Amino acid sequence: MTSSVISPWEVTGRIGRYAFLSVVLAFFALPVLWLAFAPFNAHPTMATSFPEFTVENFRSLMDNPNALSSIGNSIVLAGGTALLVVVLAALASYALSRASIPGRDALLYTLLLLSSIVTGTAAMVPIFLLAFQLDLIDSQLGVILVLTGGLLPAAIFILKDFVDTTPRSYEESARVFGASPLQIIRHVVVPLIRPGLAAVTVWAVANVWGNFLIPFLLLRSPDKAPASVVMYTFYTEGGQPDLGLISAFSLLYSIPVVGMFLFVSTRYGFRFHGGIKR
Amino acid sequence: MAAITTTGLGKVYPGGVRALDALDLSITDGEFFALLGPSGCGKTTLLRTLAGLESPTSGSITIGTSDVTRLPPGRRDVAMVFQDYALFPHMTTADNIAYPLRVNGVPKSSRHDKAAQIAAELGLAELLARRPGQLSGGQQQRAALARAMACHPKAFLFDEPLSNLDARMRLEARSFLKRLQRQLGVTTVFVTHDQSEALAMADRIAVMESGHIRQIGTPVEVFRRPSNIFVASFIGSTPMNLLEAMVVDGQVETCGQRLVVPNGVIAGLANGVSFVLGLRPEYLTLHTASVPGALCGVVAVVENLGSQQLVSLEVSGTTVRCVVTEDAEPALGAECWLVPRAERVLVYLDGELVEDAVLSDAR
Repeated sequence: MTSSVISPWEVTGRIGRYAFLSVVLAFFALPVLWLAFAPFNAHPTMATSFPEFTVENFRSLMDNPNALSSIGNSIVLAGGTALLVVVLAALASYALSRASIPGRDALLYTLLLLSSIVTGTAAMVPIFLLAFQLDLIDSQLGVILVLTGGLLPAAIFILKDFVDTTPRSYEESARVFGASPLQIIRHVVVPLIRPGLAAVTVWAVANVWGNFLIPFLLLRSPDKAPASVVMYTFYTEGGQPDLGLISAFSLLYSIPVVGMFLFVSTRYGFRFHGGIKR
Repeated sequence: MAAITTTGLGKVYPGGVRALDALDLSITDGEFFALLGPSGCGKTTLLRTLAGLESPTSGSITIGTSDVTRLPPGRRDVAMVFQDYALFPHMTTADNIAYPLRVNGVPKSSRHDKAAQIAAELGLAELLARRPGQLSGGQQQRAALARAMACHPKAFLFDEPLSNLDARMRLEARSFLKRLQRQLGVTTVFVTHDQSEALAMADRIAVMESGHIRQIGTPVEVFRRPSNIFVASFIGSTPMNLLEAMVVDGQVETCGQRLVVPNGVIAGLANGVSFVLGLRPEYLTLHTASVPGALCGVVAVVENLGSQQLVSLEVSGTTVRCVVTEDAEPALGAECWLVPRAERVLVYLDGELVEDAVLSDAR
């Protein structure tokens, strides 16, 4: 069919489709636009509007003693958790994929189910008590451990799938050449499941970055609080949310995650390889 | 370089599947040895047990002078080439070939020199910087061979080395592998389910069935004198005719006909003994004119094999196949007579070959 002949019905259909898509796009674009404009607006409101341009919001943000250091805290928490999750999940998923243990799948599903409880609201009291007994209150290590515990089962689940699709003959080949188990993991398994490791890292960082409840409850001193908790403290003297500060801080807060995503996506492209016959 | 010996080697999987049953095998130094059998016969398990990837439940394995039964794969000094080659997709050809040296702690520059040298021997010199995904099937196979050669093993183990190649490449790779094995003189064991591959490449063949070795011999022995009905039916690209027969008055009665076979074994059988007569299609001569004492049948199917024709004859309800040259193609439905070559007639009593004292001496 040539494009020169288009029936009126088709035209109407196309107009309708694009109109619908525009509405959906606007719906999702508005909050992003707010995030782009409000930080530079002298009098930000909840509505998106062209700003009366100023960097005053950022200047007052710098005056806040906890603002910048909280981003550093977030990086420590996210980086520490992601590192622990990736290392432990890689080892565990490799073992679970290669060794046949009776009831392995049941174990994995149970862990997955429980993990949503561990970091969920329901388990907050016992976790708080546990952290208290272990002297991990107001310690970044404590937050990292709790978050790692919550993320590990899902990470193992994701990575086990990657390891499952990697043919065993790669490892067996390395074994016959005399490679030790750790050499096999370093030389063969990790490079083969690298896209999976990248995906899990990004996912873990994003999870920790956005987590409010656990650091809010387990950390006491304001200088240890991550960005997600510090943002909660931006109020005016009148008790109203200080939209100027919040919007400026939100922009700073989102940049590292977006940057990380772009970096990992261009570097690894989240492509799958290794499981498919070459 | 080393001989490989197994003594009473057994492997029982949990759940009671007996993959290998007390195998005694001795492969001499420098031999090109084939493990041949249908799928599930235990040939791959045997190869993996030799490599150390599976541990036997009984028996022992000796490579060279040392007992390696309990040694891990890396310390047996053997190299294995897998069916899918298992080239590491994230490494270049050079890194792949140099991998065994890397494991052994050889410094980077000298192991790359070594890899380049081996690659040049196998015609891979131009491809050192490529990843396995950028190599053709034949090149991947050679890269896998080069990697196996890099560690100078006492023995090579090949798992179905030709099965991942297309038909044309397979013939080429067959001659290539055979020449390479001759040159290197390293003891080589390979697994295959394709009897023509085993016949073409191996110095000796072990034919396996459900965990047992049914015959060990040179390709000529295995083809000409299969020692039991299983081997007889498995070896040969055109399957052997195995006919129920009986001795009647010193003559062979099969398919309701009398067949005159001047054969020492049959002459030695008592009257009324029933046995299985093994006649290879290649060793039957087809006559279009009546021959006394020959099997008489009607041509049912003629299959073209290129320079030869495979003719199926209906002989009193039984199909008997015979191979004729391209000029001697019989007409469909024609009555023909089959005369076996007396010295190639095989007699199986209770499934086992009856050896002819006179013939086996003459061989």
